[in-house]
Amino acid sequence: MKRLLKNREMLLVVAVIALVALIALRFPPFVTPGNLANVYNDTSILIILALGQMAVILTRCIDLSMAANLALSGMVAAMLNAAMPGLPIPLIILVAMALGAVLGSINGLLVWKLDIPPIVVTLGTLTIYRGLIFLLSGGAWINAHQMSNAFKALPRTTLLGFPLLSWLSLVIIALMLVVMRRTPLGRAFFAVGGNPHAAVYTGIDVGRTRFFAYCLSGTLAGLSGYLWVSRYAVAYVDIAAGFELDIIAACVIGGVSIAGGIGSVGGAVLGALFLGVIKNALPVVNISPFAQMAISGMVIIIAVAVNARAEKRKGRVILRKAEAAHG
Amino acid sequence: MAETPMVARHIPDRLEGRGARLVKSWETLLIAVALAIFLVNSFASPYFLDPWNLSDATFNFTEKAMIAFAMALVIISGEIDLSVASIIALTSTVMGYAVQLGFDTPALVLVGLAAGLLCGAFNGLLVTGLGLPSIVVTIGTMSLFRGLSFVILGDQAFTGYPASFSWFGQGYVWWVFSFEFCLFLALAVVYGVVLHKTNFGRAVYAIGNNQTAALFSGVRVGRVKFVLFLLTGLMAAIASICLTARLGSTRPSIALGWELEVVTMVVLGGVSILGGSGTIPGVVLAALIMGMVTFGFGLLNVPGIVMSIFIGLLLISVIALPILYRRLRGSH
Repeated sequence: MKRLLKNREMLLVVAVIALVALIALRFPPFVTPGNLANVYNDTSILIILALGQMAVILTRCIDLSMAANLALSGMVAAMLNAAMPGLPIPLIILVAMALGAVLGSINGLLVWKLDIPPIVVTLGTLTIYRGLIFLLSGGAWINAHQMSNAFKALPRTTLLGFPLLSWLSLVIIALMLVVMRRTPLGRAFFAVGGNPHAAVYTGIDVGRTRFFAYCLSGTLAGLSGYLWVSRYAVAYVDIAAGFELDIIAACVIGGVSIAGGIGSVGGAVLGALFLGVIKNALPVVNISPFAQMAISGMVIIIAVAVNARAEKRKGRVILRKAEAAHG
Repeated sequence: MAETPMVARHIPDRLEGRGARLVKSWETLLIAVALAIFLVNSFASPYFLDPWNLSDATFNFTEKAMIAFAMALVIISGEIDLSVASIIALTSTVMGYAVQLGFDTPALVLVGLAAGLLCGAFNGLLVTGLGLPSIVVTIGTMSLFRGLSFVILGDQAFTGYPASFSWFGQGYVWWVFSFEFCLFLALAVVYGVVLHKTNFGRAVYAIGNNQTAALFSGVRVGRVKFVLFLLTGLMAAIASICLTARLGSTRPSIALGWELEVVTMVVLGGVSILGGSGTIPGVVLAALIMGMVTFGFGLLNVPGIVMSIFIGLLLISVIALPILYRRLRGSH
């Protein structure tokens, strides 16, 4: 029992269930299966993005450019579709993913080859990618009527009662589970974040692992770009502005340590779901949607404080005493 | 977040002379860049070299630069504060609320400063008291502070600031020298002295270079860091007073994205993002450069978002170039 409580994922599951129960007290229809499925579907994109961010954070890096990458890839997908309505949708998705991967690899290369701190690189590319959308589109919007029906319909198509968007996020979760648990790359993410020096001695190229993490987050951002644009049927410069914070928040809530090396697929998914439930519940329990930003901020701070307690390293007693005395 | 790789450090037999070091310093490079931009601007647009135009141009950077001074100290000490723009928003909102309650200018300023200090203290407590990484804490408070501003204001705006309040953003001390520009100069001197001439400044460098060593040499690491976050909150409040007075209104989206520009300014000024090194004169020069670039682009009708591409490129290349340079020199 004690171990079960200490298990992060279990704790999060309890937290999410408690949150849903609390909402159900004030608004019972929230917990109908149909609505919960809707909430999951609405959170699907955040889940996909959080999984990419998790890989990056595991390697002691951070990707602040994911939302900008999403917006740029989404805009390119929408413009392609508007210019050539006949183009098959899978091809457009591939282009969006490839573009996302390229944008991610730029981050990765700067971090790998030039040793620039990841936060600086991605702060820089965040503004550059956003600016590029403006240059590409001239500030114009791509509206629903300019997109082909097939382009808009794909995430909405239902399969066995659930929208394709939900299925897609489930597939990505499964793929990430395999990558993180069963492949050398997944192990390398943990090794690099846990102890970079030790990772070098075990024959892992730290820079290259980080590069792959950025490629992964970029590819997922590109995929999300198409999903976002087709789901909301509009593309403009500012879509998903500020969403990078939600993505990081999902990871932090999910127990992914910002210091690297600690985290899990389940945690990131649950962290995203926690935010998704809050976002969907605010309007139905009569809290102003304007409060969402403040609540996210509060949740991030609480989550990181809880994480820090859990991660506190034992040992180095002398130092800690000195720190306590002077700190 | 990124740990410095273990590189064998080569210690030269003889240090370079004072003159040689001065010529090769980052600040000299910045002066050259600033002069070049000044020249290009004056050729590119006939309107650039006008005292009143140049005076107007200073508003492009003074408020951000005020925050950049405090941010420079925070970054030198190895931390970061991404919540500054949100502190501006919350402070401005609180002042707007105070106006509705009938407060007059002196009270407004006090309320604003107090709000900024409280925000800074909150960041400082979380970072030093609970020992949390400043980057996540301030990403959280960035969302929290601006979020509170949204809770109070929603889609509304506060206006109706007293006429005497607008002097902080629109007043002139003498001829073309605005209050903001004079405050910027005064703060530059204060921060320069504090960082380069006092024990506190030495402590900031010591913490940034090696926190553990600083601790064992008797530096009160936690207290110094707390004061730094307090200072950043205070400077954000001062910037907020100037900005609010200049605009004459408050919306929750005020100063959106400024944290990026402030960090860019600090890094462009030669402050190492990993902590431990940097100077205030460098930050002043970087502020001038960014101000002139934005102003010059503005005169040439370049849209703001294209300028932000340029700022992003500037941020990355400014850090990448010295690394490439060192690598090229190290290879032979």
